[in-house]
Amino acid sequence: MSEILSYLLEGLQILLLLSAAPVFTGWVRTVRCWAQGRTTAGIFQPYRDLMKLFHKDIVLAENASWIFRFTPYLVFGAAVLAGAIIPILSVDLPLSTTADVIALVALFAMSRFFTALAGMDIGTAFGGMGSSREMTIASLAEPAMLMAVFTVSLASKSTSLSQMVQVIGHGQLILRPSLAFALLAFVLITLAETGRVPVDNPVTHLELTMIHEGMVLEYSGRHLALIEWAGMMKLFLFAVLGIASFFPWGIAEAGNLIALPLALLLLIAKLALAGAGLVLIETGLAKMRLFRVPEFLGSAFLFATLGMLSYFMLE
Amino acid sequence: MPISFAAQLNSVLAALILLTAFGLLAQRRIYGLLHLFAWQGLFLSISTAVVGYAAGQHHLYISSILTLALKVIVLPYILHVLIIRLKIQKEVETLVNIPATMLMGIALVIFSYHLTSPIRELSTLVTRSTIAVALATVMLGLLMMITRKHAVTQIIGFLAMENGLFFAATSATYGMPLVVELGVALDILIAAFIFGIFFFHIRTTFDSLDVEQMARLKEED
Amino acid sequence: MTILLLLGVSFIAAAILGFVGDRKFAPEINIVCSLATFVISMALAIQVYYDGSFMAGRKFFFIDAFNVYLVVLTSFVSTTTAVFSRRYMRREREHGRVGHWGMRFYHAMFQLFIFAMFLCLLTNNIGVLWIAMELATLSTVLLVSLYKTPTAIEAAWKYFILCGVGIAQALFGTVLLYFAAEKVLGEGGDALLWTNLSQVSGQLEPTVLQLAFVFLMVGYGTKVGLVPLHNWLPDAHSEGPTPISAVLSGLLLNIALYALVRCKVLVDGSLGTNLAGNIMMGFGILSILVSAFSLLRQKDIKRMFAYSSIEHMGIATFAFGLGGPIATFGALLHMLVHSLTKSSIFFTVGHAAQMHDTQEMSRIRGLIRGNPLVGWGLVLGVMAIVGMPPFGVFTSEFLILTATMKDAPLLTPFLLLGLGVAFAALFRRVQPMVAGHRPPYQHLLKVAHVPVVLHMVLVLVIGLYMPNFLSQWFHMAVELLK
Repeated sequence: MSEILSYLLEGLQILLLLSAAPVFTGWVRTVRCWAQGRTTAGIFQPYRDLMKLFHKDIVLAENASWIFRFTPYLVFGAAVLAGAIIPILSVDLPLSTTADVIALVALFAMSRFFTALAGMDIGTAFGGMGSSREMTIASLAEPAMLMAVFTVSLASKSTSLSQMVQVIGHGQLILRPSLAFALLAFVLITLAETGRVPVDNPVTHLELTMIHEGMVLEYSGRHLALIEWAGMMKLFLFAVLGIASFFPWGIAEAGNLIALPLALLLLIAKLALAGAGLVLIETGLAKMRLFRVPEFLGSAFLFATLGMLSYFMLE
Repeated sequence: MPISFAAQLNSVLAALILLTAFGLLAQRRIYGLLHLFAWQGLFLSISTAVVGYAAGQHHLYISSILTLALKVIVLPYILHVLIIRLKIQKEVETLVNIPATMLMGIALVIFSYHLTSPIRELSTLVTRSTIAVALATVMLGLLMMITRKHAVTQIIGFLAMENGLFFAATSATYGMPLVVELGVALDILIAAFIFGIFFFHIRTTFDSLDVEQMARLKEED
Repeated sequence: MTILLLLGVSFIAAAILGFVGDRKFAPEINIVCSLATFVISMALAIQVYYDGSFMAGRKFFFIDAFNVYLVVLTSFVSTTTAVFSRRYMRREREHGRVGHWGMRFYHAMFQLFIFAMFLCLLTNNIGVLWIAMELATLSTVLLVSLYKTPTAIEAAWKYFILCGVGIAQALFGTVLLYFAAEKVLGEGGDALLWTNLSQVSGQLEPTVLQLAFVFLMVGYGTKVGLVPLHNWLPDAHSEGPTPISAVLSGLLLNIALYALVRCKVLVDGSLGTNLAGNIMMGFGILSILVSAFSLLRQKDIKRMFAYSSIEHMGIATFAFGLGGPIATFGALLHMLVHSLTKSSIFFTVGHAAQMHDTQEMSRIRGLIRGNPLVGWGLVLGVMAIVGMPPFGVFTSEFLILTATMKDAPLLTPFLLLGLGVAFAALFRRVQPMVAGHRPPYQHLLKVAHVPVVLHMVLVLVIGLYMPNFLSQWFHMAVELLK
């Protein structure tokens, strides 16, 4: 019985991910409009964009290989799978026992790898440029990401996300410098991984500064819709991952169905805050030059390492 | 405020002190350095007061106030005045290889952690976990003095090292006897005046505070 | 009482000279005050000689045979240096290298430096010892840059930064020592008193003291000028005014070594092994060898003798590290005779440099014909410093070598190699400087006779015949340091 229930929860969570990710992106855009004093398109605009793209035909380059056609589905699938691992509403997830946080990082890495391959597949200049930049950033961001994640798993003595949520959410409330450092590192990595402002700008297609947009420049129609949707999910997933690792209070325990509505409400509130915080960072900072990015990610790595060290030294 | 909370607060402050030490290592702008140094002093002062409260050592309140006065107000003020007088507000130091310096810094932190482990095991104080951070701060100050080539930066490194030493005294032994602490504070104050004079000498003789230019005294072959 | 008088005289002298240091009579005040400290220190020494070691000022001061002999030495060398600096600084002022403010500053800081060294030696509190050591550094930093030439400022900056870094390590070592002491002696100022610590040194936690000694070694070792922490020393000695080189070399290095040895006694008591001694021997041997080979390459006369100071400090450190009655006796004697000889050499070197307006050895020629006292003073000084009999340095080095052959025979060749190279290097340089004709650019000038003659006679006397009270003193000190 409880097993069926947990599978149901899993399905529910994936549905939530698919539907809420565009809303979250819409929310971020809306807040940004407010912050800049512009009129907004509403938080549901991303849905309309996706619909439009799904209705359009695909234009494929002549020399596109199977990698190019296959990548959007893979990226989309990886994002959905990642969403099934992270405890968003409840820790009672069947997949969470089979895949831990390292697998999660690997999933993101895989989709990034294929995106980069697809970027180079057509052989246009921008695609290759975007790919090379993306891999540069990835090679720096991933160690930092793992370091930050390890710090949290040290504090909770497990690499399973469900376990981590339970330990941190139900443990005594104590001041932990290690988690504070890890959070700081995580925020910096999130900005880099999801292509937000100081590293990349998601709203422009300015030739010389593009990173992520450069790689997917050749996509159109359904493919582009999937990639865009996966991108939105990635932002959403990083937000919920941050919430699950650092502010897990309110996520429902196993078998506790009554706590679900409350968990949902809390999640919405936390996400709203997270989105507002993201906008705050993005409007407060200017995009940095590409060769300053290693320094930016270096500091993320430093924070993560300091978090780990202060776990050993101070706790 | 319960004791365990005080200990946690002290850990957080220790972490912040360590963070500012790393910040000093990477900061390029003179004013940024000054602000970071003042922040470090502030964290140190609060931490001293917290330890004083948690351990019931009231002489630490005096040390805390002394730190606040000297490291947060007087020294930054002196440096501020010097920077304005020397017209170097806008100076930005060119730093080579920040990531390598940072990695070295991390290695130093680990080294300090290992070096102080016997003390941590022997100590019974609530502050024993912060000794490693204190030594790390000393080491990072040292690293800063070695890697940076600007006279003001080197002095700030020296003072940051001093902060680390003070923190070490607080966390290992609840502070040195008051005579010693006052004496150390006096020495630092004298040192502040001396480097103040020095800045002007260096400035008038070398036209810049970049100590890279000081390379005349070498072993001749 | 005598202690307060001793400290008070130098401190008040510093204050007075801060105001009148540029007057005509300032050098005389300087001499008189230094002489007064010498007299007081003799009184103190007699007291210790008859009554043994004692404490004063609520245990704040502590005098025993070890430090009182250094107090006498410090006050004596500071007096003779004051005499020397009267003529020397007058000429520097006539040549416009120092102004009014410079002279005031020079005299005040000279006395403050002496005060800091007395405080270092007399205090019983190892925390205060650190503070006084830092004060001694700070008071000499600006004296090194007195001439304000680019090289002088560079040397002073190096001195300030390197010694600042070093001394900070020593403070960390002191904190660790206090940490260990607190466990045994309880909180409060008493736990830092050396007398209390040495009584309970067997109970101090060995692991902590081991760690503390490493930091103290690096810290005070920087001030002693041990290789590889010696970088500041040749620069500071060669760029500052010569009287300052004389006191830095003759006194400050001794004081730093004194602090190190005091700490070593505690560490030995706690560890029960010879770890501290071995570390000191390692630093000592390295210093002897590196400085001996560096001597070969020097062109600047003061710089060369600065390296010679590193070498001799290495010998003393090595001997203290070796331990045992003979080696310790030798080390104590070596500190004394090196201090006397080296300051005398710097006096003659200062005059020689003034006669030729340069410190470059290739331009200094015909010293004996130019001024016999300076020429012969330098020759005899160098003969003494390289360890030729019948001077005192020979006695101390002989003792140290004997002890080395007995306790650490494998290290003897290294020691001998260092001494031999230093011998060759110094003689090769000095011989052309003193012999030959006067070069046309040489000036004739009035020189201070008394300091050089006095120092050399003392070194000679100690070499030929060790006065009874001196050897008894050293024996007392050796007992203390066991």
